[in-house]
Amino acid sequence: MNWEVIGIWLGALLSLSLYSFLYKDNPFYKFAEHLFVGMSAGYWVIYTIMNVLVPNWWQNMVPATGGFQPIWVIPGVLGLFMLFRLIPKLSSYSRLSLALIVGTGAGLSMTAMLQTNALAQVHGTIISLGTGGGWFDWVSNIIMVTGVVCGLVYFFFSKPHEGVIGGAANIGITLLMVAFGASFGYTVMARISLLIGQTQFLLFDWLPTMGINL
Amino acid sequence: MATFIEKLGTVDRRVIFLLMALAVILPLAFRMNLPIPIEQGPSKDLYDAIEALPPGSRVLLSFDYDPSTMPELQPMAVALSQHLMTKDIKIVSMALWPMGVSLGNEALTMVGDSLGREEYVDWVNLGYKTGGGVLIVRMGSNIQTVFPNDYDGNPIADMPVMDGVNKLGDFDMIISLSAGDPGIPAWVMMAGDRFNIPIGGGCTAVSAPQFYPYLGTGQMVGLLGGLKGAADYETMVRLEEDNAAPGTATPGMAAQSVAHLVIMLFIIIGNIAYLSTRQKKGGLR
Repeated sequence: MNWEVIGIWLGALLSLSLYSFLYKDNPFYKFAEHLFVGMSAGYWVIYTIMNVLVPNWWQNMVPATGGFQPIWVIPGVLGLFMLFRLIPKLSSYSRLSLALIVGTGAGLSMTAMLQTNALAQVHGTIISLGTGGGWFDWVSNIIMVTGVVCGLVYFFFSKPHEGVIGGAANIGITLLMVAFGASFGYTVMARISLLIGQTQFLLFDWLPTMGINL
Repeated sequence: MATFIEKLGTVDRRVIFLLMALAVILPLAFRMNLPIPIEQGPSKDLYDAIEALPPGSRVLLSFDYDPSTMPELQPMAVALSQHLMTKDIKIVSMALWPMGVSLGNEALTMVGDSLGREEYVDWVNLGYKTGGGVLIVRMGSNIQTVFPNDYDGNPIADMPVMDGVNKLGDFDMIISLSAGDPGIPAWVMMAGDRFNIPIGGGCTAVSAPQFYPYLGTGQMVGLLGGLKGAADYETMVRLEEDNAAPGTATPGMAAQSVAHLVIMLFIIIGNIAYLSTRQKKGGLR
């Protein structure tokens, strides 16, 4: 028995322990759950130190070529401030680091977000209904423009949803429901895909270790 | 006295779990195959966009996912790597998610070895850096300042695969396999729209509807959505290449289809049982 087989058996037994929760809560499930939480936490601590802190901060502050770069003390101190959240008396220092992160993030993404998710989408909605690649595109364009307009009307609350506005709002909410349904369908597909992946592992990786080849 | 239909409405959830498990296990165990028709759509658009690239082009492949989404995204990584390497397109890979590095390496090594492609000449894995959108913006002006070395610590300046690649604008296409944030939105915002680079992608089915607007506006050239997208791409690559590595998404689609049928059946039964119960209690309003 080699390490690969041991790994497959561990994975299979832990998978089955976790799936056993579907029958009812039990000690095997609890064990697998706690093991997962503990190992994940430990793994991420080490991974973050070795793959984020050391190459991005430590190796820049103390390069292998020698010398000391004092400017890198600043991000080190700001990082330390974040850990101060664990100490109630000093937790307010973490706001300095958070302010820098939020400020930089907002400044960087504000225009990009507006351009990508607002202006480009509005531009994409301003289309010629009468031209394009045949009747299918024509119908699609009409549905899209109608959907956008009616969807916006549904979220317009300064007028009562009666008459023409009420009709448009009803079309808007209907199209929104269709969109939510499609989104839910995709979600179901994603969850089943995860089950399929794990079942493939159990059938085609684990069972062969017992001489069962499907 | 409850009718049979009403009893179905109160069936033990464990029976449903058991039937779902059987719906997935049996098609896989008996290697059931269902045809996967390839029609013009987001998957084919991505395939066509890569087909249009001349040999020697350079593509940045970003593995922005972790093992929790492997069943959906790893088959995409393998099929895309297969397609790119078969077309003699150079791959520069990286990851915005830490675990994406090793998953990407696995796919590239497997496909590269099977096609006789050489690391550092035909492909390279730059590794993971934290930063998401900020990192992408920095790569827009100079890649070497962000990734002076590759995943194994070798200087990228000496690598043939990096010849002529100094900034993001030097790539002919960027493809992100994305399980969340940072991923496709960051690449579209910070690279596609900013530096005018074609962006393609693959994502989990959960997040696919979120990215469809990018296809309509041309901000993305194509998208593989979930296991279906992966199976589409595997099928297209296998149609082109007889010796392509067998994928895991295509066999999974039969199980997916049977599971969907079972779910639809339960939705219909549940609604009939609900309506029947409502009618008995005093009629529908």
